[in-house]
Order: sequence, then structure tokens, then C-alpha cells
Amino acid sequence: MKIAVLVKQVPETDSLTLDPETGTVVRSEDSSIVNPLDLYALEAALRIKDADPETSILALSMGPPQAETALREALAMGCDEAVLVTGREFGGSDTWATSRALSAALSKLGGFDLILCGEKATDGDTGQVGPEVAAFLDLPVLTYVGSLSLSSSRKEAQAQRIVEDGSQVLRCRLPMVMSFCKAIGEPRLPLLSGKRRAKAAQLRSFGLADLGLTAEETGAKGSPTKVVKVDRPRLSREATFMDARTEEGMDKACDALIALMLEKGLIVPSAAVAGATAARTQP
Amino acid sequence: MNEIWILAESKSGHVAPVSLELLAWARSLGKTGSVSVTAILPGPAIDPEELCYFGADSVIHCPSEGLSGFSARPLAACLSALLERRRPSVFLAAATTTGRTVLPYLAACEGLGLTADCTELSLDPETAVLLQTRPAAGGNIMATIRTTRGKPQMATVRPHSRRPLERDPGRTASVEVMDFHEAPGAAPPLGRDGGDSPPFPNGGLLLVEERPFESSRGIADARAVIAGGKGFRKKEGFALLDRLAGLVGAEVGASREAVDRGWADYPRQVGLSGRTISPELYIAVGISGAIQHLAGMQTSKTIVSINSDPEAPIAAMSDLAIRADLYEFIPALMAKLAGYRSADGVEA
Repeated sequence: MKIAVLVKQVPETDSLTLDPETGTVVRSEDSSIVNPLDLYALEAALRIKDADPETSILALSMGPPQAETALREALAMGCDEAVLVTGREFGGSDTWATSRALSAALSKLGGFDLILCGEKATDGDTGQVGPEVAAFLDLPVLTYVGSLSLSSSRKEAQAQRIVEDGSQVLRCRLPMVMSFCKAIGEPRLPLLSGKRRAKAAQLRSFGLADLGLTAEETGAKGSPTKVVKVDRPRLSREATFMDARTEEGMDKACDALIALMLEKGLIVPSAAVAGATAARTQP
Repeated sequence: MNEIWILAESKSGHVAPVSLELLAWARSLGKTGSVSVTAILPGPAIDPEELCYFGADSVIHCPSEGLSGFSARPLAACLSALLERRRPSVFLAAATTTGRTVLPYLAACEGLGLTADCTELSLDPETAVLLQTRPAAGGNIMATIRTTRGKPQMATVRPHSRRPLERDPGRTASVEVMDFHEAPGAAPPLGRDGGDSPPFPNGGLLLVEERPFESSRGIADARAVIAGGKGFRKKEGFALLDRLAGLVGAEVGASREAVDRGWADYPRQVGLSGRTISPELYIAVGISGAIQHLAGMQTSKTIVSINSDPEAPIAAMSDLAIRADLYEFIPALMAKLAGYRSADGVEA
């Protein structure tokens, strides 16, 4: 079976710190990583390959030439090949233009039974590319998948989808696009042998002409949305500080929190207390 | 007159509360008489008129079972067919698992722009340009976006970013029922796998079972969330958190560190790689407040933190920052809560 996994290179968010003066993010240089949520899609693909070594996995990314690093990590984890969609014309793509280019690459490569991606990227945080790629390829899409098992024929799968108030179990007819959430399980770490193989691997890259697209169809020009303004809100509030390390401090802090819970209507005085209060206030 | 559509959702046969928030957003975009609001309600629901009482001028109800939220393709086909008939200026959906799946699918099919997870919207009454504001880069930047191509201008809107309007049963209920069994794409060719499998009427997907979270509504819609982090130091500590949350009718959330350590299940994870929530009250216990966590809860109405380190980033994000050992504080708090009970009716 043939699987494609969409991978994005993103700035590392865990290494970000806040400037205490301005409340804005301080980004350390050179801290690009594979979008952490894409690792779950890679893990899902690799588990299918574990069970069926005939499976081939292709990692696909779009980005500047440096995004190669992310693809090599996917190879190190166990993907078989990697393709990078790259070129100046793709710069400034919104999710629509990105999906247009990625789906053109997937069509060109052809024949995938499953196209997998992470739930969203931790930088853009939209989660739109998976469903948009599916629409461009006229394939069904299943989002927020938490577990997946394939039928013996490999033409069907059973998936669990995690939604707001529970989960759904669905049967899926392949080919299909799926986005994964963390519930799929901890992504594996690359082995040393995988790292060596990844380092030596030849990556393919596709440019605009390879995809049969025009400059008007992708990049900033082809994007139907435009950012018109960027604000940096302060990530802080006017905190009231209470120290609960003394008995008295503890007492006050508990009372303050209980007052908040009452104000929010979370709790009400229990019957006994209410009764006692009522008795006290009676003449 | 600017025409605005919202994509309503149904839950267990009723209009979902998140749809009422969308109506409030739609009504906020212009005075009565300058905007008209239509709610599109796919899937079975017994109370479509509620959408009118909460602000819709009219409802288009497409009650087919096959238009349930899990399968984007037939639902997007239905919406495309409706857009064929009439193109509004603006089309909003909730940034739920349903909205965040169906609207991108529709956007790609229609060649339209889409902005995800907006927390602020405004409409220029003259030009009908919709300004869509959303947090980006882990909530550290607010980006305002506009759609430059085609109609409708589309956005998904973060749940809890606006309160529903007061219910007004005096409003006229205008509900048009449309059946989409025959809509193009709603029923793609039936496929059979090996002869035994049932056909897949829902665009390649067949719902086998729904499993609600046990004894809990999940953190996504909760009014109050009490979340625990690394500060608990051990899984057993989370039992304490469960008891406290039970006493006050709150849901238990967790930081990524706590979920990674197996102290809580993934659906309870708050943050960029988990869920983004904005409850009335968020209580962070033993959570230091990594950016990726703050981005998932910073729009909460009131934030309380309980932490032994007063310098932890979470403190600056709090309305009330309590410096305490959580293993002393929680039992003390629970003792004081003996005089109260959860407003949900569970005896404390």
C-alpha cells in the first residue's frame, strides 16, 4: 500500500520565551523543527508499515530549501522517500494556495491509498490544509483520528475520531485523507541507522513548472486571503497575588477562590448552610 | 443589505449551543435592516425555529442523516448547491471539529478564502469587507485578515468567543426545509469491498458507533476547568484534582507535560497541541505556563493559578495568582468547600 504524509517545518514553540517587559515572544534563532503534530501522522503511517512491510511511505512538504531538514527527519523515522515542493513563487501561500500546490504534487506522484497529516501546524494553527487537499483531490477526509486499523484487503479502515464530547467509530473506504491527533500514540524516535540513511538520501524537489501551475495560482498572488494587520497583544493580566504559605494566607486564598466560584455560579451554599443562614436572619 | 449565513450544528437532535453564539456574531456585524441572517442547519434536529428566536431571520434546514458532521464531502456538496442559488457576503461556521473540517473542504471546492478560528470579526457597512482577526504564532500575535477573492467571505469562529443573544420567542420563525438526498455529490457512487461490506453512503465514511466521554462533558464546552501540570509530580495527585473538580462541577484539564507522563488522557490536554478553550473560570494547578499552554487558555474569562513559584509565567497570565504547595492547598480548599455544593446538584 502507498501512503503519503504531509509534513511542515515550523518554529519550535517550546523554546519560545516571553519578554517580561513587552510581553512579546522572543524567538531563538535556528529552532526549526518538524511540526510536532505531524509526528503523529508519521507514526500512524509507520505502524501500518510495521504490520505490512510492503507499504511505502512518502513524506511531502512545501517550503523553503531548509525544509529539507524536516523531510530528512521523516526519512530517519522510517519513511521511504521524500519530496519537497519549493520555489520563490510559493512564498506567502495561505492554506488554499498551499493545498493547491500540495494536491498538485500528490496528483503527479499518484496512486496513494492514504494521505495523512497532523491535526494542524503549531505555527499557523489552522488545521485547514488536510481537508483542503482532500477537496482538491476529490477524496473524502476524516479529521481528528485517534486510532486506525486497516482491513486485511487494505481497501477499508476502521478509525476512531475524537470530537468535543466523545469519540466516533467509523468505517472508511480508501483512498482517503486523514488528519491525526495525539491519541494515536507516542511517535517513535529515529534510530541511528535511520539517521544515516536519511543523511545519504536523495530528496526530490518539485517547482512550479513540475506541478503544471502558474504563478497566479499559488504563493501570495494565488492566495484568496491577505493579512492586513498584525498586533502583538500583551500576554498578561493584572494579577492579584496571594501567598498561601502561612495558615492565615491559606485561609484568605481559599476564601478568595471560593468567592470566585460562587460569583461564577459554580457552587451554591449547601442546604445545611443555607438553612443555618436563613435561621440566623429570621427575627 | 448584507446577507450573512451561519452554519448551524445539531447535537443529539437539537440545535447545538455553539450555533447560537454564531448568530450573536452575525447580528453584531450590522444593525437590524442592514444585515439579514440565515442559518443553514444540516442534519436531523427537532427545534430549527430556536435559531430564529436567537437571531436568525430565516433557517434553511437540510435534515438528511447523511449530512452529519463527520463527513465533510456530502455536507460541502450540499453547501455548494445552496451557494449556487444565492451567494451571501459572509459565511461563518464554528471552529469545532465539524466546522474546521467542512469549511476548508468547501473553501477549496469553491476557490474561496477561509480564516480559521477567529476571535474578532467586523464588517465594513459600506464596502461589505469582513475583517477577520485571529490569534497566530501561539497566541502571541493577533492577525487581521481579509478575503480578497470571491463571495462569500468565510471564517470559522472560536467557540465561546461571544455569548448568545437573549432568546426572543416573539421573533418570527421562518424555516425552509430542503432535502439533499439528490444533491450532486451527496451520494457518491456506492462502493463495495470484497462483496460483504456495506456501501458507504456518506462519501466513503460509515458511522459505526458514537462513544460519549464517560461521566464528563469534556473540557471543550466546560464552564469551569481545573487543570493540573508537572507540579503534581505523580499520577496519584490527579485523583485529588478529580475530587476537587467533582465537588464544584468543573472539568479536569491537563498540561502537555501531564498528558505526556500519562497522568491524564489526551482529550483533556489544554494548549496549542491539545485543545484551545475559554471557560468562565480556568484554574491552573502546578502548571508553570509554557507559551504553548498559555495559547490554549488565555481567552478564559477568569484565570486563577496555584503554583509554588511566583515567577512562573502562568502567574502573569492570572487574575488571581496563589503561591502555595498544591498538596496543602487543595485539601484545605476542599475542607472549606464542605459548606457548599456544586450548582449542578452534586452534593459537596
